[in-house]
Amino acid sequence: MSASPVYLDAATAAPLHPVARQAMLAALEDGWADPARLYAPARRARQLLDAAREAAAQTLGVRADELSFTPSGTTAAHAAVLGGLVGRRRAGTTLAHSAIEHSAVLHAAQRHMAAGGDAVSVPVDRLGRLDLDAWAAAVAAPGVALAALIGASHEVGTVQPVPAAAELCAEAGVPLYVDAAQLVGRAPLPAGWSVLTASAHKWGGPPGVGLLVVRKGTRWESPYPADERESGRTPGVVNLPAVVAAAASLRAAAADAATEAARLTPLVDRIRARVAAEVPDVEVVGDPVDRLPHLVTFSCLYVDGEALLHALDRRGFAVSSGSSCTSSTVRPSHVLAAMGVLSHGNVRVSLHRDITEADVERFLAELPGIVADLRAQAGVTGL
Amino acid sequence: MSEPDEILDCRGQRCPLPVINLARRVPALPAGTVVRVLADDPAAAVDIPAWCRMRRHEFLAAHPAAGPAYDVRV
Repeated sequence: MSASPVYLDAATAAPLHPVARQAMLAALEDGWADPARLYAPARRARQLLDAAREAAAQTLGVRADELSFTPSGTTAAHAAVLGGLVGRRRAGTTLAHSAIEHSAVLHAAQRHMAAGGDAVSVPVDRLGRLDLDAWAAAVAAPGVALAALIGASHEVGTVQPVPAAAELCAEAGVPLYVDAAQLVGRAPLPAGWSVLTASAHKWGGPPGVGLLVVRKGTRWESPYPADERESGRTPGVVNLPAVVAAAASLRAAAADAATEAARLTPLVDRIRARVAAEVPDVEVVGDPVDRLPHLVTFSCLYVDGEALLHALDRRGFAVSSGSSCTSSTVRPSHVLAAMGVLSHGNVRVSLHRDITEADVERFLAELPGIVADLRAQAGVTGL
Repeated sequence: MSEPDEILDCRGQRCPLPVINLARRVPALPAGTVVRVLADDPAAAVDIPAWCRMRRHEFLAAHPAAGPAYDVRV
């Protein structure tokens, strides 16, 4: 039996949007020259870059000169954190961040600490929601240069109280950086941030394009050696065909976002309910209501996460996991650990525009048997 | 730290084996027994308290410097 594969890992990388493919092919023809030069092919490239920036800015509701394209979402996150800290070094050296930030943000925080700075991690509750009282205390402490809050958890889908967190930051006079990688192209952006980043391959754009938005008036300084590209925010020539494809697919994804959210939200509700009802000893994690439309995470007691991923892959299902045995480190996901939920046997399912109800039904039909087989093989049935 | 009634040595075991071995041991123990699980897999720090919550046992304490060790009242 070989049913057609079902790709359920859009939160890692969504399949390329057809609009992205068309735009990229057109831009490969017309956008190979360096946009900074002063001859006809360069001017064509400059027009493409300007149009892409204008389109992306318009979609996000920001000014074009506030938006820079970066070589990835990760570099955008690094630049957001390190540039925000450098720009406010006279105010202090502390980064306040939630305990469930993306590893790109935490790695930038580690770099900052290695250079003599400080970082304060603010806890979340069992559903993965920011502790706003602890956040208020953390951002109001003396010497806080920047606060970082993920807009919605990439691991468990819980949407964070960004407007409330932003108000607390404003009261304390601390700029807020929001990692919006899972929101952009899928959900409306919250208000109140000063710096924002996103990643094109999360919304169906090509890999290798990130967005860095720095609002006017924000004290932010590039952490890189000087370079005039992208308003001096990120060095090097952009991958213009990919940038053009990213902007075109962002506009298409954002135009469909409300319809897609209305279609995917009940499918995720169905996964949450059926997995909890039909797989014994499972914890479905994350906020059941204030959550991303397309993402759900659960952990299966006594099951090895890597074995579960391989078993699902053999049946044609591509998912990801926060279990430690599936990562390059021996540590379990810092997000699951911060929430205090089971970290082994973990599966993250994330849907996208090509996923149908039939795909979800096939996953739900096969999952209980796959988990039961793994438990039988491990001799843990009935424990 | 006070002395437990039982010690379960799961050092060297990768996740989810420490939790599985704890679950295998517990049915033979009288209610109220305090088990100390020694487990050096970092996931045990998350998964032993989570297992206690799911199975309605009482998670007493973690001793990061001693084993690390986790005390559970069954």
